[in-house]
Amino acid sequence: MTKENASPLTTFGAAILAILWVSPLLYAFWAAFHAPEHASSFDLTAPLTLDNFRQVLVAAPFPRYFLNTFLLVSLILGCQLVICTMAAYAFVCFPFRGSNWIFILVLVQLMIMPEILLVENYRTLAALGLRDTILGMGLPYLASAFGIFLFRQTFKSIPKELEEAARLEGANALQILLRVFVPLAKPTYVAYGLVTVSYHWNNFLWPLVVTNSVETRPITVGLQVFATVEQGIDWSRVTAATLISVAPLLIAFLIFQRQFVQSFMRAGIK
Amino acid sequence: MKTSRNFIYGSLLLMPAAVLLWVFTYQPIVATLYHSVFSTPRGRRPSVFKGLEHYERMISDPVFWQALTNNLIYAAVTIPVSMGLALAMALFVNARIRGQGLVRMAYFTPTVLPMVAVANIWLFFYAPGYGPVDQLLDLVGLGQNNLLGSPSTALPALIVITIWKEAGFFMIFYLAALQQISPTLIEAARLEGASPLQTFRRITLPLIMPTTLFVMVNALIGAFRLVDHVIALTKGGPDNATTLLLFYLYEVGFQYWDTGYAAALTVFLLVVLALIALVQFGYLDRKVHYR
Repeated sequence: MTKENASPLTTFGAAILAILWVSPLLYAFWAAFHAPEHASSFDLTAPLTLDNFRQVLVAAPFPRYFLNTFLLVSLILGCQLVICTMAAYAFVCFPFRGSNWIFILVLVQLMIMPEILLVENYRTLAALGLRDTILGMGLPYLASAFGIFLFRQTFKSIPKELEEAARLEGANALQILLRVFVPLAKPTYVAYGLVTVSYHWNNFLWPLVVTNSVETRPITVGLQVFATVEQGIDWSRVTAATLISVAPLLIAFLIFQRQFVQSFMRAGIK
Repeated sequence: MKTSRNFIYGSLLLMPAAVLLWVFTYQPIVATLYHSVFSTPRGRRPSVFKGLEHYERMISDPVFWQALTNNLIYAAVTIPVSMGLALAMALFVNARIRGQGLVRMAYFTPTVLPMVAVANIWLFFYAPGYGPVDQLLDLVGLGQNNLLGSPSTALPALIVITIWKEAGFFMIFYLAALQQISPTLIEAARLEGASPLQTFRRITLPLIMPTTLFVMVNALIGAFRLVDHVIALTKGGPDNATTLLLFYLYEVGFQYWDTGYAAALTVFLLVVLALIALVQFGYLDRKVHYR
């Protein structure tokens, strides 16, 4: 069956909603590329300027914040992939008495994220001497129930015959994992990677609590520190700083839009 | 033989995840319960057992009740509105319209931005006098508002931001669900003479019920978990009009450093989340799995 074309009314509604939805962003672009005196008027002849961006980059160490975010996200992603793969592999291929109960316990973290427990987790980090470190910022997130759940679902859908065949050829447990399971789960890994990267790139509350210096602050906290100082002084600069901080993720999203959307779908259906 | 081999391999593989989950999820839950019945240690005064004192204080704390009320209003408005919009967006994108990719991108883009950045964009939007929202209100003679600064409009202002950011995210799940509905079902309904509205109500809506539940639970958790915009825009003010539970917890824990009371507040939040989980697994799961 071929789908019929949508009615003009549907198209109209969709377009209105779309315009409404992007207008805040377009407006932010407008403000960031104009001098403050033109930021809030719609004078199309107003001169464009990059001054706001220049001033922001002079006033705050955004490159350093980016580096911190990059290190944080890499640490979390790398560890999550390894740790969650191991756990999922155990649940699927090495079930023992009680491992189902352990899996149910793991799922608790789907409901109770580390943010909710921030007072106690802060206490733990202080005891470990890891306050104001990138490692400390990442630690509560290194084992992800969501990742374990997602990888377990994927591994379960891989035919047992493949595993048996590999074993008959003399592959050990590690080889089976790396040669059979991981390659076949690649789409899930990509999907999970995109979801977790955008989650941790955007995470704010926990990093705000843990960090206290330029050397560790991720971009979200850095932006907030900058905006708090600047607030009410110069909107164009705050908006420019906001755009700088979202630029990498936004550009990546615009280029890989299809993959992003499909990844979120894939992660959501499971 | 096989069981012991499984146990050794399995437990070794589970070890890193188990240790991390214990230290940062289960241990803190237990520790929260423990600390919630002790006083906050201050200076040289060690913490002493206080029984239910923190909980009694919570019950008589007007700010706590205000935060709870705000949070309930916040959830009761953001969740249905953003879910309704999400469904509309998904139907729009799923229909054959021109510029489908662009429309989908427009809906989804706010989702990939950090809430703090979103808050700062909207801060400018809500600026009294020259912010676009106030300029629009001025056109209908309602201008010159400090939307984030007056108790009656601050919470609605935050609600609008949340809806703007979340609707596109929920759209994805509805879109996935809509694409899994077999076209033959829709076709059959049409041949039977069902109107588009009837088809939607009798076929589409029941088939996307599991998705609706999934989205709702996520939205509920989100309503109690995300307070970045409160910190960035209002700090709970004016007059606690925008204090949400997690924000209050953050304030008590990290501004007043009253960790004992913060533990009691955490316990309350944990109970709320546990209730959401129970409702999901116990009651709703049975009702929505209609297939």
